[in-house]
Amino acid sequence: MSPTIAAENPGMLARVKRVNWSNYVVYIGFVVVFLFFAITQTQYFLTGTNLFNIVIQAAPITVMAIGVVFVLSTGEIDLSIGSVVALSALTAAVVLQTTDLWWLAALAGLASGAVIGLVNGVFVTWVRLPSFLVTLATMGLVAGLARQLTELQSVPVTDKVFVFLFGGGNLLGVPIMIWWTAVAVLVGWHLLRQRRYGAHVLAVGDNASAARVSGIRVNRVRLMVFVGSAMTAALAGLLYAGRLQGARYTLGESDLMTVIAAVIVGGTSMFGGKGAVIGALIGSLLMSMINNGLILAGLNVSQQMIVRGIIILVAVSFSLRGKKSS
Amino acid sequence: MTTLGTATVAPVLKLVGIHKKFGGVVAVNRFDLEVRPGEIVALVGDNGAGKSTLVKIISGLYQPSDGEIWLNGEQVNFRDASDARKQGVEVVYQDLALVPDQPVYMNMFLGRELTKGPLKTLDRKRMAKHTQELVDTLEVRIPSAKATLSDLSGGQRQGVAICRATHWASGLVLMDEPTAALGVAETAKVEALIAKLRDRGAAVLLVSHNMDQVFRLADRVAVLRRGQQVAVKPLADTTHNELVAMITGLAS
Repeated sequence: MSPTIAAENPGMLARVKRVNWSNYVVYIGFVVVFLFFAITQTQYFLTGTNLFNIVIQAAPITVMAIGVVFVLSTGEIDLSIGSVVALSALTAAVVLQTTDLWWLAALAGLASGAVIGLVNGVFVTWVRLPSFLVTLATMGLVAGLARQLTELQSVPVTDKVFVFLFGGGNLLGVPIMIWWTAVAVLVGWHLLRQRRYGAHVLAVGDNASAARVSGIRVNRVRLMVFVGSAMTAALAGLLYAGRLQGARYTLGESDLMTVIAAVIVGGTSMFGGKGAVIGALIGSLLMSMINNGLILAGLNVSQQMIVRGIIILVAVSFSLRGKKSS
Repeated sequence: MTTLGTATVAPVLKLVGIHKKFGGVVAVNRFDLEVRPGEIVALVGDNGAGKSTLVKIISGLYQPSDGEIWLNGEQVNFRDASDARKQGVEVVYQDLALVPDQPVYMNMFLGRELTKGPLKTLDRKRMAKHTQELVDTLEVRIPSAKATLSDLSGGQRQGVAICRATHWASGLVLMDEPTAALGVAETAKVEALIAKLRDRGAAVLLVSHNMDQVFRLADRVAVLRRGQQVAVKPLADTTHNELVAMITGLAS
């Protein structure tokens, strides 16, 4: 082979520049939005309590985002996460009401997520349906289940341990929500970056047939990402139930868009093969900060939705621009 | 690793009376072939001649209806493709069975990643080091073992695929049209690499549509026509016209 590497890669420098640009969009966006609110909302935004609140509010979104990073990295999508949040929260609340066992309630909530994840995974791998259709169907199905479970009634959560662990607890001076965020991010980062499993997830999303001939069990990897995604959504449901000290079928309703936006802005490819756990954390914090700033700015709920939609559209187009062509 | 010295006389791959039927249709009828270390054997034939059926049998995707496969002097049965891989058959595909968003070293170790420590974390450093040594030995010119695969040219990528096959093959490297997707200059480089493998003692079975390539590279050629084995002969004993005549069945 000839040693003319430079001649063979004329566009390499340009490509490196472009990839870097889109990888850092989330950090740039984070700083820009932060400065914007810091300047326009000087009174409240920069207070310690408010900044802490932003992180705490982001916890369920961050936890879900970690699961979704794996799903998108395999080139699939999970639209059912929002519904799973409500199902898990209500399941836990009902079990708590009937048994008074906080650990059984938590397990039941997580198990409800695992079951939905298995259903999603089985339909994608065995029945070979596109994940968009499968999870679109289970999104509706699970939302119906959650409504049916308590016939639209809210269920209060009063168990002290449960509320401490999944809501307002404080461990070593740090709010429990921040602990959950840290655990989710660390576990997600370890799995994606440091384990063979993560390498296989990325390989399946990158080139599934190459993964298959390399001996990777493609369907098992796919099944696992759906179980993982639904279980992170179920954990998010517990966090809502603990924080709000109650569960309602509307929980998680508007989270799907926020989570997917956070993940994509964070640098995970919608087309598979690229996943960014730390990026997803920053993306979630960015979404939470936008939410917070808009409330402080005095916008009503409808106006918030409109502005958030526009911001997400702009952010996502920036972060996807360089990726489609590469 | 291919550590097959020239002292080994036994063929790396021996096919005896390989027969494959799909329902009543005979796809391959009694095919015999030996591939020895340090030898490139080309497998040629028109579309539908049974080439790809034979390739799939050797790579474990199909099981033969009858006949024996011998690998390094032992009779083998492949349950599936990953079983064939475990027993030392590596395949280089024309459509690059690689993952473009990953670094070269992850491609080299795809599905067989090295780990370290009690947590079994990926040992990226060791994988990159082994990969660098391998591409250096085979003189495949890439910027670095840590380069992202999509930043390489098609020829460089196929070079990586061939390095990977060579690294893991304990017996045979099966190449299914390895240059079909490449341009002229890149094809030349990949051919040089294949020739180098032969010189290092590898046994290569090369499926190719390109007659000029067969004459440039192969030591012997096996011709299939409608599932029948028409000939196995050294390329020195044949001509371009004769080969085409055998493939098509028309007198030259």
